[in-house]
Amino acid sequence: MENYISLFVKAVFIENLALSFFLGMCTFIAVSKKISTAMGLGIAVMVVQAITVPANNIVYHALLKEDALSWIGITGVDLSFLALLSCIGMIAALVQILEMILDKFFPALYHALGVFLPLITVNCAILGGSLFMIERDYNFGESVTYGVGSGLGWALAITVMAGVREKLKYSDIPAGLQGLGITFITAGLMSLGFMAFSGIQL
Amino acid sequence: MSAILNDETKKVLVTPLVNDNPITLQVLGICSALAVTSQMSTSLIMALALTLVTACSSAAISAIRNHIPSSIRIIVQMTIIASLVIVVDQILKAFAYDVSKQLSVFVGLIITNCIVMGRAEGYAMKNPPLESFMDGIGNGLGYSLILVIVAFFREILGSGKLLGIEVFKLVKDGGWYDPNGLMLLPPSAFFIIGLIIWGMRQWKPSQAEKVEFKIMSIAHGEGGHH
Repeated sequence: MENYISLFVKAVFIENLALSFFLGMCTFIAVSKKISTAMGLGIAVMVVQAITVPANNIVYHALLKEDALSWIGITGVDLSFLALLSCIGMIAALVQILEMILDKFFPALYHALGVFLPLITVNCAILGGSLFMIERDYNFGESVTYGVGSGLGWALAITVMAGVREKLKYSDIPAGLQGLGITFITAGLMSLGFMAFSGIQL
Repeated sequence: MSAILNDETKKVLVTPLVNDNPITLQVLGICSALAVTSQMSTSLIMALALTLVTACSSAAISAIRNHIPSSIRIIVQMTIIASLVIVVDQILKAFAYDVSKQLSVFVGLIITNCIVMGRAEGYAMKNPPLESFMDGIGNGLGYSLILVIVAFFREILGSGKLLGIEVFKLVKDGGWYDPNGLMLLPPSAFFIIGLIIWGMRQWKPSQAEKVEFKIMSIAHGEGGHH
């Protein structure tokens, strides 16, 4: 249990996908202008992350890993080089399904997310989460924890960022730094704040 | 040479470097790659890998652009890109194992790099293979430029080295340079990118964004008659 709590805290704060691994930056910058949209996207990322990381974990352990196919009598086969392709395919399929569900049951959220939902497929945070799961060799329980934790961390970062940017537009910034430039510097300061958690060991 | 590089080709190769840089102007592709910029060597390899993948995938997609049904084009593009990335990943594992360990998941993340997809969708689907290839190289280089600039500052200020060769002698070795530890941590990459964008937009004011909210300046004495 302690192991899971420690992993969760690490995934949310210390190894925050957006602020310490720079994952999902394009969407992070583009969609963080309004808190409500940012929060919607954050939740979408969290849900997708919580589904795809465990799903990829199952696929990887049942089909791709070295000798994983021994349950159907094939040994000595190592398909782990296909992990990239299978991860991205899995993510694309799950996002498509999520899109259909949102369109059918939550049309308001669907319209709010609009063009950004398909973009989740190419959001590095999602693929990054799955690849980290493979690289660190998480088991199923850990991958669920990591999926939820890293998604929550990303959602938290983008929501906070949107909050800062909503106030930021009233500040007097030099012309060249306006918009993108100051956003990056703000992200740097936030990242500095999140680094402060790295001293915590559970 | 001039037969291959006609004006159009030259234009697609050069404009992405400064005038239409994918990172500073289009805000594409900053994901994933900044994490490898704490050293010059890893970021050079990363830049090379990305440029190759962008160019080859653009050329491949452009070559079959008239045969891809538009409803499944994204998945076709993605498969081509993912296959190329797997090739790059395997080559790195075979010939530069240490570097591939340092780059960890970030080579795989080239798949979701918005530049690659963006060029495939925005340019390669409408243009012939050679131009698309050049466009891929141009955008890859525009991205590499920023990546290498960031890595340059992070490595030289963070550890006093360039490509692993000592440039500033560190205090702990009896030299004069006290390394800035912050430069090795993620926040510094954000700061440097922010400053690069600022510099770029001072230099080319047309790239600056419109102000969303105009601050009214109240000069002293203006309307001061009570």
